[in-house]
Amino acid sequence: MSEKPLLDIEDLTVTFPTRQGDFQAVRGISFTLGRERLGIVGESGSGKSMTGRAILRLIRPPGRVEAGKLELEGTDLLKLSEREMQKIRGQRISMVMQDPKFSLNPVMRIGDQIMEIYRFHTGAGKRAAYEKAIEMLEAVSIRDPERVMRAYPHEMSGGMGQRIMIAMMMVTEPDILIADEPTSALDVSVQTQVLSIMDRLVRERGMGLIFISHDLNLVASFCDRVLIMYAGKIVEVCDADRLHEARHPYTRGLLGSLPRLDEPRHHLEVLKRDPAWLDAPSVSGRQ
Amino acid sequence: MSRLAFRDLCVWFGEGEDRVDAVKNATFEVPSGASFGLVGESGSGKSTILRALMGLVPNWSGEMVVGERKLGEKRDRAFYKEVQMVFQDPYASLHPRHSVDQVLSEVLKLHGFSDIDRRVNALLADVGLGPSYRFRYPHQLSGGQRQRVAIARALAPEPSVLLLDEPTSALDVSVQAEVLNLLTDLREEHGLTYLMVSHDLAVIAHMCEATAVMQNGEIVEMLSVEEMRAMRAEHPYTRHLLESASGYNPNAEQRA
Repeated sequence: MSEKPLLDIEDLTVTFPTRQGDFQAVRGISFTLGRERLGIVGESGSGKSMTGRAILRLIRPPGRVEAGKLELEGTDLLKLSEREMQKIRGQRISMVMQDPKFSLNPVMRIGDQIMEIYRFHTGAGKRAAYEKAIEMLEAVSIRDPERVMRAYPHEMSGGMGQRIMIAMMMVTEPDILIADEPTSALDVSVQTQVLSIMDRLVRERGMGLIFISHDLNLVASFCDRVLIMYAGKIVEVCDADRLHEARHPYTRGLLGSLPRLDEPRHHLEVLKRDPAWLDAPSVSGRQ
Repeated sequence: MSRLAFRDLCVWFGEGEDRVDAVKNATFEVPSGASFGLVGESGSGKSTILRALMGLVPNWSGEMVVGERKLGEKRDRAFYKEVQMVFQDPYASLHPRHSVDQVLSEVLKLHGFSDIDRRVNALLADVGLGPSYRFRYPHQLSGGQRQRVAIARALAPEPSVLLLDEPTSALDVSVQAEVLNLLTDLREEHGLTYLMVSHDLAVIAHMCEATAVMQNGEIVEMLSVEEMRAMRAEHPYTRHLLESASGYNPNAEQRA
């Protein structure tokens, strides 16, 4: 890539102290994010969500985030004060979590929640915020935005809730969206809708998207580039449309363990974990 | 001889204005030794059919037959000896303060077995857990191991029918493969009949010979595994399900 990356990460580690000594959830990974859809896949415990949280410095003490470099267009995120970080979160980098049920405030009207974020980050007036919120709800294909503005989260279905979350995260027009399993709690018909909305926003606004998922087929078909994580390290980096040609035995094992409609077999492949993978150095995802 | 038969099964919750029809006139049969799938979105009524068969819903009408026996309002012990269920979330379906040994021996005792010690070990071996797991508690097991314990518990009364309610949706894909392989082997070894609920068509196509597709409480289509693999589906909803099984398709939305 010729243009400068939005996000430049070198040797990122996330450490949690435990009674048995330090546990490293993320063990020295490096990657860059441009104006692209970057997928991070791996199984539970591979460190993919921790990576997303570390970028926003959402790891609470005693957990520690360390990195050789954690830069957002030249700004060192690790050097910022908590107050400066507040300005980054939501405004420059937003995050959509897995389940809208736990991410929306249950006792606050949806409209007020979206307007609050917009006003906090831009200092705009009520009227402007209202109009912006309506515009964003329309952008995520919500048909009657006025009614949704007045509604409470429990009145919304899962798919609606997730679209509202995306609208809320996009209202400040961030440069980067981190989506942590944004569609895993949704039914397939709604999943396609939510993905195409994110796809459009990335293309139209030139945003960078980090798409964290355990679903290999989804990432292969939705993203541009994929990082495969295992035990806190990146074991392989490849173009999404060539994920099925991946070389690393872990990636191959994951792909082989998926049941496939087009290739019936009696038994699914079972992943054999090689202890050597744990100590192999992390592959760089920098471009 | 058909092992499981449902005719015009209706299940509803609530009365009057609050009435919700969860299952509407479901009719299908599962032959003895077969494996049959139910697919659909959340709220489509697929799990409710399993719960109705187990006697876990208050209001239903229509006919449910297991073997030669028509089911009434109550289920007796003989029914539970024949039909057992594995639930979705192994983190929720095992008692956190009962060891694997307690979980399995309690079921065995309830069903009047005497050689409990031998049977607990045999069950653990059946699901690929060694005897060393016998005195562990659920928090000392991984998700896949817990689901193996849940399967062992379901197998304890030596049932001929297993109802599987999304048995792998809480598990990672590599662990899912292990559990699905185990279920394939157990079915062959014990001649079991499966009725399996899932939202994942690829899993259903792997495990079942036929499936019913449900939407809003109704069965909208029946498909054989050959039809699934050839992507031959009539109903637009089924076609959408089949397409999304292979990942994100930017053109799928307009057609849905």
